[in-house]
Amino acid sequence: MTATESETPTQSETRPDADTRSDASPGQLDRLPRRGAVLRMSEVRAAEEVASEPLGDENDQTMLMNMGPSHPSTHGVLRLMLELDGETIVRSKPVIGYLHTGMEKTGEQLTYLQGPTNVTRMDYAAPLFNELVFSLAVEELVGIEIPERATWIRMLMTELNRISSHLLFMATNGMDLGAVSMMIYGWREREQVLRFFQKVTGLRMNHNYIRPGGVAADLPDGWRDDVLTLMEMLPPRLEEYDTLMTGQPIWRERLQGVGVLTPEEALALSATGPVLRSTGVAWDLRRDMPYLAFDEVDFDVVVGSYGDSFDRYAIRLNEIRESIRIVNQILDKMPPGDYRAQDAKVTPPPRARIDESMEALIHHFKIFTEGFKVPEGEVYVAVESPRGELGCYLVSDGGPKPYRMHIRGPSFVNLQTMPHMMADSLIADAVAVISSVDPILGEVDR
Amino acid sequence: MEKTEDELDGAPESPDDESPDASSTSAYGCSVSYSRGQRVIHPDRGTWAEVAAALLADGWNMCVDVTAVDYSTYDGSRDLPDGVAPERFELIASFISHTTRDRLRARVQIPADDPVVSSLYHLYPGTDYLEREVFDLMGIAFDGHPDLSRILMPENWDGHPLRKDYAVGAIPVQFKATAAASTGTGPEAQR
Repeated sequence: MTATESETPTQSETRPDADTRSDASPGQLDRLPRRGAVLRMSEVRAAEEVASEPLGDENDQTMLMNMGPSHPSTHGVLRLMLELDGETIVRSKPVIGYLHTGMEKTGEQLTYLQGPTNVTRMDYAAPLFNELVFSLAVEELVGIEIPERATWIRMLMTELNRISSHLLFMATNGMDLGAVSMMIYGWREREQVLRFFQKVTGLRMNHNYIRPGGVAADLPDGWRDDVLTLMEMLPPRLEEYDTLMTGQPIWRERLQGVGVLTPEEALALSATGPVLRSTGVAWDLRRDMPYLAFDEVDFDVVVGSYGDSFDRYAIRLNEIRESIRIVNQILDKMPPGDYRAQDAKVTPPPRARIDESMEALIHHFKIFTEGFKVPEGEVYVAVESPRGELGCYLVSDGGPKPYRMHIRGPSFVNLQTMPHMMADSLIADAVAVISSVDPILGEVDR
Repeated sequence: MEKTEDELDGAPESPDDESPDASSTSAYGCSVSYSRGQRVIHPDRGTWAEVAAALLADGWNMCVDVTAVDYSTYDGSRDLPDGVAPERFELIASFISHTTRDRLRARVQIPADDPVVSSLYHLYPGTDYLEREVFDLMGIAFDGHPDLSRILMPENWDGHPLRKDYAVGAIPVQFKATAAASTGTGPEAQR
């Protein structure tokens, strides 16, 4: 059945008839009620459309316009091809790939120990989550247990990373919508979190801190005081955000009812994270499919009720509060012990032993040059990143490098909801929609 | 009595088969295997759309991920259940059920000489970008997809980068004052 009416890949690369009014014949797409929001048009077709003389026809009064890839509110290099009727968006098409560097292909060339340096550059606002999901996938394949302290350090670091990522959202969302001073405030608070990261991992971003087998280093002296200072600093600042934005009539006017997504659409479009939760679907992998030790901490899953941009803003603001709650519990429960598995297979020997033992030196050398071998198999692991389900599909052929490494980026999949949110709204609201989906283009394009 | 008859007539498998029971060797008419404790079904390429429709009807309400692997240079054993013939390409789709809080993965074998499979777009519209990505990077076409075009690579790109026969290549770093080194070693010469 598939063989007879199929097209070979080469034939269908630029199909001129890809530009059709509706996505499918009526009745087929019961799960997606709002059809026709997605613009299906190739670059070639769009160029022809732009070059052609406008017809005097009443039915052809729409205009094609590009927004991005270097528009300040498109969060990097997102480009939107908009079909406009006056100032109203009829259909839209996110055009991506400007930041594509073939990181999944690169991942096949790097050993499992080098892998985190690659994946951490995908979602650069939440790098620790990428490292975490990759490490969890490798550990699942190898079958090693990591020490309790390593688990809790990972939880501490990723929850702080969730805070810093959402603070970045607060900053950029504020600026996109005209609350320009919010840019400074959000950045200021995020900077404090990044300083702590620098102290622990040595870097502000792209840490390569969470590695297969544990974490790269134990928490430094005085880490508890640093975290406590952060946790005391943040709540009053969040109150300030409430004063500055949440209760502001202008802010609410700008966001409420803008970019509405229904729960049915969100589920059909595979949306996850705050985009899904804003529609009222309480789904958080930390609670629903616990990983690390999230079943041992107490927190609430924040959900919205209208699925609009305001809900997505409010959810992220309150998720910072929930993360603070979690971090405070982690501070109480942080167990003593080792920060990485003492499994000779994946863990290099302690630095001091290399000076004394030839075997330790060889062992160290082998792990860092050849890498450790991972048993054959395939596995899919997912964590709840600030943007939704971040998944890693890993295939091993028994060698020291992944045979295939695929990252399921939540931004990439959530981007599909954008045309549906934008349909029949104004260009100015498109800015609010892009901002509230909070895509990180490094992860979209990989 | 009436209910049981309906169940038998409606779905090829009774709902009992989809409970995560370690002993079950088939579900939705496909073989089942376990990979590191994760349940995997192995649908046939010809019935992929029907199996997915059965999955949707059975409460697997979200297709979170679609990806593909090119097994052409794989050295290990493929870990496939009896009756599933290994092919060069494999399509992997991950499903979530929000009600049972469970995951299910499907692996579909796709032959190298005819890399085509049914699209799930009409059942799970969220597979739109994911299938386009697989098409773009792995060169597997999806029958019934509304807009099967490249998504990450430029529209006029040749080849499918994630295939194993696509060379990694490298662009030489051009340092200052080494004009001689930059002749004849551009990216075109490398590929």
